[in-house]
Amino acid sequence: MGGEELIQLLTPEGERCQHDDYESTLTRDEILGFYRDMVIVRRLCNEATSLQRQGQLALWAPLQGQEAAQIGAGRALAPQDFAFPSYREHGVAWTRGVPPADMARIFRATVTGGWDPRRYRYSLPTVVLGDQTLHAVGYAMGIQRDGADEAVMVFFGDGASSQGDVMESFVWAASFQAPVVFVLQNNQWAISEPTSLQTRIPLYHRADGFGFPGVRVDGNDVLAMYEVTRRALDRARAGEGPTLIEAFTYRMGAHTTSDDPTRYRVEADVEVWRHRDPVERVKALLARSHRVRTARFAEIAEEADALALALREDVLAMDAPPATEMFDDVYAEPHPWVEEGRRTLSAFLTEVAP
Amino acid sequence: MTTMTMAKALNEGLRRALESDRHVLMLGEDIGKLGGVFRVTDGLQKDFGEDRVIDAPLAESAIVGTSVGLAMRGYRTVVEIQFDGFVYPAFDQIVSQAAKLHKRSAGAYTMGLVIRLPFQGGIGAVEHHSESPEAYFVHTAGLRVVACSTPNDAYWMIQQAVAHDDPVIFCEPKCRYWDRGEVDLDHPPAGLFDAVVRRPGRDVTVVAYGSMVKVALQAAEAAAEEGRDLEVIDLRGLSPMDLDTVAASVERTGRLLVIQEAPPIASVGSEVVAAIQERCFYSLRAPATRVSAFYVPYPASKIEDEFRPSVDRVLWTLDQLMEHDS
Repeated sequence: MGGEELIQLLTPEGERCQHDDYESTLTRDEILGFYRDMVIVRRLCNEATSLQRQGQLALWAPLQGQEAAQIGAGRALAPQDFAFPSYREHGVAWTRGVPPADMARIFRATVTGGWDPRRYRYSLPTVVLGDQTLHAVGYAMGIQRDGADEAVMVFFGDGASSQGDVMESFVWAASFQAPVVFVLQNNQWAISEPTSLQTRIPLYHRADGFGFPGVRVDGNDVLAMYEVTRRALDRARAGEGPTLIEAFTYRMGAHTTSDDPTRYRVEADVEVWRHRDPVERVKALLARSHRVRTARFAEIAEEADALALALREDVLAMDAPPATEMFDDVYAEPHPWVEEGRRTLSAFLTEVAP
Repeated sequence: MTTMTMAKALNEGLRRALESDRHVLMLGEDIGKLGGVFRVTDGLQKDFGEDRVIDAPLAESAIVGTSVGLAMRGYRTVVEIQFDGFVYPAFDQIVSQAAKLHKRSAGAYTMGLVIRLPFQGGIGAVEHHSESPEAYFVHTAGLRVVACSTPNDAYWMIQQAVAHDDPVIFCEPKCRYWDRGEVDLDHPPAGLFDAVVRRPGRDVTVVAYGSMVKVALQAAEAAAEEGRDLEVIDLRGLSPMDLDTVAASVERTGRLLVIQEAPPIASVGSEVVAAIQERCFYSLRAPATRVSAFYVPYPASKIEDEFRPSVDRVLWTLDQLMEHDS
C-alpha cells in the first residue's frame, strides 16, 4: 500500500517501525493526546452524520479514515502558524480550538462560514476546490514581508489536485519560496472518481516538477503525519520554501451525506482499509507498549460521548438568523444597493409576512 | 495644478499610495523593470523594491488569489491585469472569494484589494485586448467597480480605491492613457463612487463612463451647434452608482441617453435605464435610451470604430430621441 517510499512509523498492527529519515519524538502522553483527539473527532463526526440523517443538518462531510492525517498535521502546527482547510478538515479545526458547534454551523445552513479565522488562526471552509491554496501562498508571502517566524499549512484532496489553482499555487510557492506546507489528503476518491483519473503518477511526485520536495506519508499513521508535517513547517519557517506532503489515506465513508459510495466502489476495498484504521493502531500501541489501561480508554470514550451530546444540543438550539442578516457584512462599508434590499425586505416582512 | 497624461497620473497616484502605507503592494505581469505594458507602474519597483512592486508569474488566478491571501494578512494589494480579456482566468477568485470572504468571515477578513483593469477598446489591438467586462463585476455583490475618465480622477480615484476596505475593480480606459489633463495634487474632486457633471445642460441627460465621457462631451459640443443643450454626467462609480445625481438631472431634462462601449444586454446602461425609469417615470419625456456596442464578440479592430459608439452614432441616436415629445 502506498509504495516503497511511504513514510510510516507505526504499522497498521500498532507496531513501531523504523524510517531512515524520520523517527517519532512523541512522549506517551502526547501519543495519548493524539489518540484522544482522533476518538473525539470521529465521535463528533458520527454525531453530525446522525444529525444529518435526522434532518437537523442539511449536509455533512464525514472524515472517517482521515483522523490521523488531520490530527497529525494539525498538532504539528505552532500556535502562530495559520492553516487553510478545504471542507472536510473537522480534525484540523479541532486542533485549532474551533468549537464543534461552529464547525456544524455551515452544515446547519445558518451561516456560510462559522468562526473568526483570525481568532483560531484557521481559515474558513472553502468549497470551490483548490481556491484556498492560492490564499495560503498569498498569506505566506505576507509572512515573508513581515519577517515573521510563522508558516502556513493548506489542505486539499486528490480531486482538487487537478485544479489549475493548485498548480498555480505550486508555481508561486516555488518562485517566491513561500513558507507554505501543502497537505494533500489522497483519500483515493473524489466523490465517485478514483485517484487514477486525476493522475498517472504518484501525486507527491508532482512537487519534483515544480522544484520543491514532495513526500508520501501513511496518512493513517498519526506518528508519521506529525513528524513529517512538523519538519516541513520548520523548513518553511527557516526560509527553505514549500513542501508537498501526500497523506495516503482512505475515505471510509461517503463523500458527503448526499453521496452513495456503493454505486462506485466495492466493499472489499473498504474492508482492506478497515484493517489500516488510524485510531485502532494507536490504541494497540498505547495498550501494548505504553501500558495505557482499559479504564483510560473508557474515560476518553465517555468524554467523546459528552462532547457529541453537547454538539447535538448546540445544533438543535441553532436557529436560522433573521432574514435581514443576509444584508450584514456583504461590504465593509455601506453599499446603497444592499441597503435598498434591506429596506425592501424589511418593509415586506413588516407589512405582508410579519 | 499640473498637467500630465492619465498613465502618469495613475503612476503618481500609485506612488502616493505606496508612500502612505507599507502594507500597500503591487502585483502584476511585467510591472517591475518594464513598468507595465502601458508604463503605469514605471519606476515604482526601482523606488519601492521588488518586495512591494512584484513581478508576477503569468497566472491571473494566482495574481488575484494570492492577493486575497495577502488581504487576509492585512496587506492591500493593487493588482494589474494586463488587459481586460485576461481577467477571466481570475474570475473565480474574484467572484467566489474576494467578493464573498468579508461576508463568509462575518467581517473578520477585510478584502483590501484593487484590481486594475485596462478596459475598453479603440487602440487597434488584437483579440482580447479591447473588452468591456465591467458588468460581470457590477453584477456581483461584494465587489465595487469604478471607472476613471480623466487624469485628475485617475490620480485621486486610485488612491481612494487603495484606501477602501472592499475589493475594487478599477477600470482604466486604455485609449485615454495618453490624453493629457490638469491634475490638482491637493484636493480630491469627489468621492470614489460619486458621479460628476462634466457639462451642465438643459435638454438631455447624457450618462457615460470611461472612454465614452470624451465621446459624450464631443457629441455635446456638436449638438450645441444645432441648439441642443446636453448635460454630460461621468458616472465614475459603477457599483455603487450615484443614481441620485443622474435622477436629479433627468428630472430637469426629461431625457436620458446612456453611452457605453459594452454590449447593451444586461449592461451598466441597462441598470441606469431601469433605475431611472423606476425613479423618474413621470419626468421622462422620451424613452430612456442606450447607445452601446453591439451584442457580438469584440470585432477585428479594423472595424472597431463602427462597433464602439462614435460621436456621429450618438448624434444619430439623439435625433431619434428628440423626435419623441410627450
